[in-house]
Amino acid sequence: MSSHVTRRRTAAGLRLLGALLAAAVILFPLYWMVVVAFSTRSSLSGGGLRLWPEQATLDNFRRVLDSFPVLTWFGNSVAIALVTSVIIVLVNLLAGYAFAHLRFPGSGVLLLVALSTLMLPVQVIMVGLFRLVTDLGLYGSYWAVILPTAASAFGVFLARQFILTIPRELIEAARIDGATHLQIFWRIVLPLSRPLIAVLFFMSMLQVWNDFAWPLIALRENALYTLPVGLLFLQGQFGPDYGATMAFALITVAPMVLVFLLAQRWFVQGFSRSGLR
Amino acid sequence: MTARVREAWAGYAFAAPTLLLLGVFVLLPLGGAMVISLQETNGFGEGTFVGLDNYRRLAQDPVFWRATLNTALYTVLVTPAAMAIGLGLALLLDSALPARGALRSVLILPMAISGVATALMGVLIFDENSGFLAEVARALGLPQVDWQTHGPAAFASVVIMTLWWRVGFNMLIYLAGLQGVATELYEAARLDGANAWQRLRHVTVPQLSNQSFFLFILNIIYSFQVFDIVFVMTGGGPERATTVLVTYAYDTGFVTRDQGYAAAIGVVLLAVTLAVTALRWRAQRRREETE
Repeated sequence: MSSHVTRRRTAAGLRLLGALLAAAVILFPLYWMVVVAFSTRSSLSGGGLRLWPEQATLDNFRRVLDSFPVLTWFGNSVAIALVTSVIIVLVNLLAGYAFAHLRFPGSGVLLLVALSTLMLPVQVIMVGLFRLVTDLGLYGSYWAVILPTAASAFGVFLARQFILTIPRELIEAARIDGATHLQIFWRIVLPLSRPLIAVLFFMSMLQVWNDFAWPLIALRENALYTLPVGLLFLQGQFGPDYGATMAFALITVAPMVLVFLLAQRWFVQGFSRSGLR
Repeated sequence: MTARVREAWAGYAFAAPTLLLLGVFVLLPLGGAMVISLQETNGFGEGTFVGLDNYRRLAQDPVFWRATLNTALYTVLVTPAAMAIGLGLALLLDSALPARGALRSVLILPMAISGVATALMGVLIFDENSGFLAEVARALGLPQVDWQTHGPAAFASVVIMTLWWRVGFNMLIYLAGLQGVATELYEAARLDGANAWQRLRHVTVPQLSNQSFFLFILNIIYSFQVFDIVFVMTGGGPERATTVLVTYAYDTGFVTRDQGYAAAIGVVLLAVTLAVTALRWRAQRRREETE
């Protein structure tokens, strides 16, 4: 009996050890980024292994802020992420309601076509998209990033699944009372969809904030860069000056990590639901 | 207007903004890419039609084959590893552990971080002169690994950073799936004398087949189209050792500006993605039918 208990305790201990080890592996690169960002240039080039900065300094942050329009890039990222996310939430909710509760000829096919675009990320069509954006006169503007990024079917899928759970009777009752479809959407669907809106909004913010390939192609001028594009640009300039690069990397990563930790419930729901078919 | 006609119009109107965006910014460029792939282009200007010349050139281009091979290798390494580690961590976090919530938060944290920042952390760790691993090896007197100048080592470093980035997502999906596994099944298996491994193999894994299918497709699509991490961490080097299809397409399309050729690479990538997904889909359907 006692050997059985010991064995169970050992197993529990091993599990905890494994989980802690995994957490350490995940946290270490982030910790190292912070250490390097706050280290003096001389201590970084001095060689030798140090697991914490000898003396914390803000020099790297100063150097980055002095030589690059970091605040402009930050503002660009915030603006592009916000506008894109608002568009995504709005148009996907509308479409989600249509595909969940309205009957119209061809809706099945249209939904299938919309969802099949999930297989077509920007990497596959970047040349065609670049031509299109240039032809539309959008190249080098915020809209060159915002509109193609807002063209996402992922939210349609989530929105439709969620709105299907709104009881049909509620909608039928409103119809009998003479409400128009827009009124039904506005007064019944929208208020009941608050959790969905939060999930969609946060997931869009996250995705747009971290997007790299398309903004890299679509934004020509330095002044319009988003943070990830600026980060690459800055790395090219500073090269092996890791202190400055990591200081800026930290500036780009910190806001979203904070949002992610605070709003984790919504992210976890969103990602988990995306896996259930 | 009858109510039914009104409803149909409302349906089209509500779906229109999304469909319009998808049509203009996804389907139209897809068609455009296919057309451009049949053209020889000069810089960003208008091209002339050359039929399938770009595709013929691809077939004889050693860099294209190298990029294809690298992409396949990357996919074959990342997909099963991310799923297996993700499942293992999900099982750990599904059991009774102190501070489970905090551990989960930590393990999914990389999901909040951009590919560019992830790649830069990778550079910081794998830099062969001043990186963390180089310093550790120096301090312990271990032999140095040429993480940046030796092809296979550079490839390994990219795969490792990818796993660091993506394992949390795989874990999260499996964790959600584990919540749906009926506990009676475990009890029944236990009564039948199944050991822990047999319970995992014959109860847990089959119950998670939906999640596995979803993750498999998603990991494959992600791996075929990997860009950020490779582009920033190695730029495809050393000597093309880490060049993948999308970094090659980017280089041809936007650096040397051979846009027709780049579009052809994109079309090939799409065809391969669709083929693999369709195969896996059919296999899944067949399995569901036999069950």
